[in-house]
Amino acid sequence: MSIVEAHEKERVAVESALQRFGEEPGPLLVVLHAVQDHLGYIPPTSIPVIAERLNLSRAEVHGVMTFYHHFRTHPQGRRVVQICRAEACQARGGEALEAHAKKCLGVDYHGTTPDGGTTLEAIYCMGNCATGPSMRIDGKLHSQVTPARFDTLLAERGVN
Amino acid sequence: MVTRVYVPKDSTALSLGADEVVAALHKAGAPIKIIRTGTRGMLWLEPLVEVETPAGRIAYGPVTAADVPGLLVAGLLNGAPHALRIGQPEEHPYLKSQQRLTFARVGIVDPSSVEDYIAHGGYRGLERALTMAPADIVKTVADSGLRGRGGAAFPTGIKWKTVLDQDQPQKYVTCNADEGDSGTFADRMLIEGDPLTLVEGMTIAGLAVNATMGYVYLRVEYPEAIDTLRAAIAAAYAAGYLGASIKGSGKQFDLSVRVAAGAYVCGEETSMLESLEGRRGEVRVRPPLPAIKGLFGKPTIVNNVISLASVPVILERGADFYKNYGVGRSLGTLPIQLAGNLKHGGLVERAFGVTLREVLYDYGGGSASGRPIRTIQMGGPLGAYIPVADFDTPIDYEALAAVGALVGHGGIVAFDDTVDMAKMARYAFEFCAVESCGKCTPCRIGSTRGANLIDNLLAGNQPAEQKTLLEGLCETMLQGSLCGLGGMTPFPVQSAMKHFPEDFAPRGRH
Repeated sequence: MSIVEAHEKERVAVESALQRFGEEPGPLLVVLHAVQDHLGYIPPTSIPVIAERLNLSRAEVHGVMTFYHHFRTHPQGRRVVQICRAEACQARGGEALEAHAKKCLGVDYHGTTPDGGTTLEAIYCMGNCATGPSMRIDGKLHSQVTPARFDTLLAERGVN
Repeated sequence: MVTRVYVPKDSTALSLGADEVVAALHKAGAPIKIIRTGTRGMLWLEPLVEVETPAGRIAYGPVTAADVPGLLVAGLLNGAPHALRIGQPEEHPYLKSQQRLTFARVGIVDPSSVEDYIAHGGYRGLERALTMAPADIVKTVADSGLRGRGGAAFPTGIKWKTVLDQDQPQKYVTCNADEGDSGTFADRMLIEGDPLTLVEGMTIAGLAVNATMGYVYLRVEYPEAIDTLRAAIAAAYAAGYLGASIKGSGKQFDLSVRVAAGAYVCGEETSMLESLEGRRGEVRVRPPLPAIKGLFGKPTIVNNVISLASVPVILERGADFYKNYGVGRSLGTLPIQLAGNLKHGGLVERAFGVTLREVLYDYGGGSASGRPIRTIQMGGPLGAYIPVADFDTPIDYEALAAVGALVGHGGIVAFDDTVDMAKMARYAFEFCAVESCGKCTPCRIGSTRGANLIDNLLAGNQPAEQKTLLEGLCETMLQGSLCGLGGMTPFPVQSAMKHFPEDFAPRGRH
């Protein structure tokens, strides 16, 4: 995608989010979700546009965006691995999974493998607490993820 | 003849391969109609496949896609014997002894079908509410003894009465579905399995206080629940149960889902309201109470999913029926969630008064690892660690408070004897540091300092002084924080230090 096309895609995403949700009561989170759902992240360049249209300051939009763990200002890798760090998964061997995943991918939480392939994220509870350790790969939830199962799941998705 | 086969699409079932089982059933080309349901709550048996037979539904589980051809050959569609056959799910000891009022339909109905919902007793509470004056609806809820199931245990009826008493044209009903506590999944399970019960409960709440608009603030970490709830709301609109004139009554109630964005503190009611208004989820100073000045400054009900989902049965069967369950001031039933290192994790709805030991061993079956259970944490990351010596405590708000613990949202996480309690105490601070909204100092700074103190303590760096500092810090956070996040983080820390002092001995530098 050329730079011009990328800018156009971003403009369309922000414009359609504002068109659809800008009139809702307290719309900022709804708009930010829509932009991120569309683009995979919220480009910093969209902040002034959103701020102006919602009659907010840029600081307010920036403040909201950075408050919530879910919103991000940069793209993730092609694959996203989210591992639960909460107590119920810890009680079922979650720490071993965390250590194994970091070692295999060679990155820490919020890191992306150098080839831009896989991003590792921590998540605090997915409500899958009876059958942990839990993990999502590209949104799909998995239970009972032992280190061996982690290797199998990633191999199935073509991640080495 | 086409046989009806029920396969859950609850997230836990999906995480264990329920969609793959459905694909295998389709591939086999058998004459079946597959209906996707929630889960019965026996999560170690998921995916639990049920087949409709003349003798009722017959369950098999846990079923993998690879089991499907063999099951079909053995006579799955006739409910024939097989190693995975569970029999009638209602007769399973795990379910048979439960008292399912709020979760009566979960795992049984198609979550997005209003028709199925009504066929299983749904909307009877709303029908009654439509014939009642708002004050009478509020009185029924107050008389039932229902207390907030989100953790604060505030009497729901009193909250509703405060909102009803406000003379304002615009009021709101908000549902707090920001279920961030580890070990809790009752909200998710209800929304994925029987969301119309929540929709009905919120509609009744609207009628009770003259509010015409409701919002469900639902976790972004629950994408499956978001889809299911949105589908159920659309179905309720299509059937005339939501909108400008509920079932032609002339009374209005609209309902919308707002997706959260991964901030644990937004489970606190005033942070949630800030977030719904599109701001940083920072805690508000009270007063004013949300019931007087809540969402967009208007009188607002803020209730947890389970509180609202308990309302339909209360309206349908009456306050006396509901308060007949439970003990003392803890009336009705509680969906207890069994999580962590347990053999039979799942959801157990029972009247208050059942003991921790009963749920952990009779239902939970002891630890999954086969090692002795050393401690449990109840009520999420801010709940105290409870030692084995207190396992005979009944689950009731006051009895648990007496041993320094809390019911919270009813989630129990079990740990076996390999748990390192100093690590768990450190994690409590670490989690608080990650999730602190930053508005008050004890929480923002105290959480990070707490983790440092435990590191120093374990490193043998003037341990006696570190311990004194840690105790003082806990006291400051307890007394000085604006909300429960900072104010309760000391609970797991102090309980771990009190009951498991041996784990806090210096280990030398690492």
